[in-house]
Amino acid sequence: MDKSIIIAGFGGQGILSLGQMIAYGAIHSNKEVSWLPSYGPEMRGGTSNCSVVISEKPIASPVISSPDCLIAMNKPSMTKFLYSVKKGGLVLVNQSIINDEVARDDVDVIYVDTSNIAEEAGNLKTANIVMLGVLVGKTNIFTKESIENVIGEVFATKPKVIPCNITAFNMGYEIGVKNR
Amino acid sequence: MKVLMKGNEAIAEAAVRAGCRAFFGYPITPQNEIPEYFSRRMPEVGGVFVQAESEVSAINMVYGAAGSGARVMTSSSSPGISLKQEGISYICAAELPCVIVNMVRGGPGLGGILPAQSDYFQAVKGGGHGDYRMLVYGPSTVQEAVDIMYEAFDKADKYRIPVMILGDGVLGQIMEAIELPEMVDIQTIPKKEWATDGTGVGESRRVINTLKIKPEVLEEVNNRLADKYKSLSKHEVRYEQYRTEDAEIIFVAYGTVARISKSAVDTLRDKGIKAGLFRPITLYPFPSDPLLSLSKLRSSKKFLAIELSMGQMVEDVRLAVNGNKPVDFFGKVGGIIITPDDIVNYVIKEK
Repeated sequence: MDKSIIIAGFGGQGILSLGQMIAYGAIHSNKEVSWLPSYGPEMRGGTSNCSVVISEKPIASPVISSPDCLIAMNKPSMTKFLYSVKKGGLVLVNQSIINDEVARDDVDVIYVDTSNIAEEAGNLKTANIVMLGVLVGKTNIFTKESIENVIGEVFATKPKVIPCNITAFNMGYEIGVKNR
Repeated sequence: MKVLMKGNEAIAEAAVRAGCRAFFGYPITPQNEIPEYFSRRMPEVGGVFVQAESEVSAINMVYGAAGSGARVMTSSSSPGISLKQEGISYICAAELPCVIVNMVRGGPGLGGILPAQSDYFQAVKGGGHGDYRMLVYGPSTVQEAVDIMYEAFDKADKYRIPVMILGDGVLGQIMEAIELPEMVDIQTIPKKEWATDGTGVGESRRVINTLKIKPEVLEEVNNRLADKYKSLSKHEVRYEQYRTEDAEIIFVAYGTVARISKSAVDTLRDKGIKAGLFRPITLYPFPSDPLLSLSKLRSSKKFLAIELSMGQMVEDVRLAVNGNKPVDFFGKVGGIIITPDDIVNYVIKEK
């Protein structure tokens, strides 16, 4: 079964790297994966998004018309992509900077206060990893252990930040599990 | 285990593994990861990386290195490829092998930096002057781009022609899980008996020159090149067919658009519309014969060329189908990417 995810937010929020972590998770789970960034003339503070498709079979279109899941890290992203999400799909909302309620009742929504959780985990920059935790906890697309391994590999050159990322991931994971 | 790699970087690594030891280029989005990767990788394998002062300079460095027998390549994107056209024409005339990657962006002019397929004419009909062709591939996925790149240097050496990989911004920027081929032992690459590598002396001296003032001499070159291109048509045509056996509407698309069209085929089939996809992998030589055969099937009612351009490949599709069935066109331009739903909606609307 294909799983398509759009991750969107401000440049600098770790949007592209969150997508890459999901892609690494897919490889660890022996699945096919494509990661497609928006690559306009973008910069920190501008908008940024990427599309990730995970499948058991070789991936046909890496371009997503209607995603199974939207991770909205800021308000413009929510406005842009909310109505493209599949009926019955999943929307993860970064409640720390998006005050609005999701104006659809045919999708599953989880509001996550990523900034506060990330700070609690020990580093504000782990807000994107909190969302990764929520996604994995909710959908079970990968095992918890496989993502912990990915975090270890991605941050291999910066071992100091591994523990706070693992904590942030686990805190998000619990929220995901609670919302199953 | 497979590795996750960006298209541009995977293509560069595949080239190194195929024995490429010389890269000359000049930066331009969306292919910058190719020179960036080579700048780090070439020193590791004892190769040469030069960021030239311009595209014109880079292609002439390729010309020189190819003449000396090296496995050499360059990469650029549309406006940069335009600048290289004179050099490409010379390389064709001198019958030298090289590989050129074009990660196409929207044009004309400086255009944009987003994906496009608007350099099809330039790639397959000859963007430079004179009667020449290149072997042109339009890979659809990163894995296919890697596999084609790995073979491209052999093909270039075999025919002594430039091989072009015609990608687009998506292929360059996307990351996918891929398997990389084995590293070729460069000692095993056949010696080039024609190369101006200093080993030919006196009567057997070797000359590389594209000025053929005597008409009989130039005619001979033109004839020899034409024979090569005939040979390409006979031996190198590649394509893929997806659910075309009983298809009523057959999409014709290459590169990134082909894989997007594949998703649209499945969606349309689920809705009871018999769609299929014909995907040229070589753009020159164009797979005309298999397309002609499809057009003669009773089941096929209509062809639809889908491109990120105002309609370029569609002309080759029409020539191949030869009036047997209607050929329509659907495209988007400016760097806007066609989505599977765009195609599905277009087909339903036009039905």
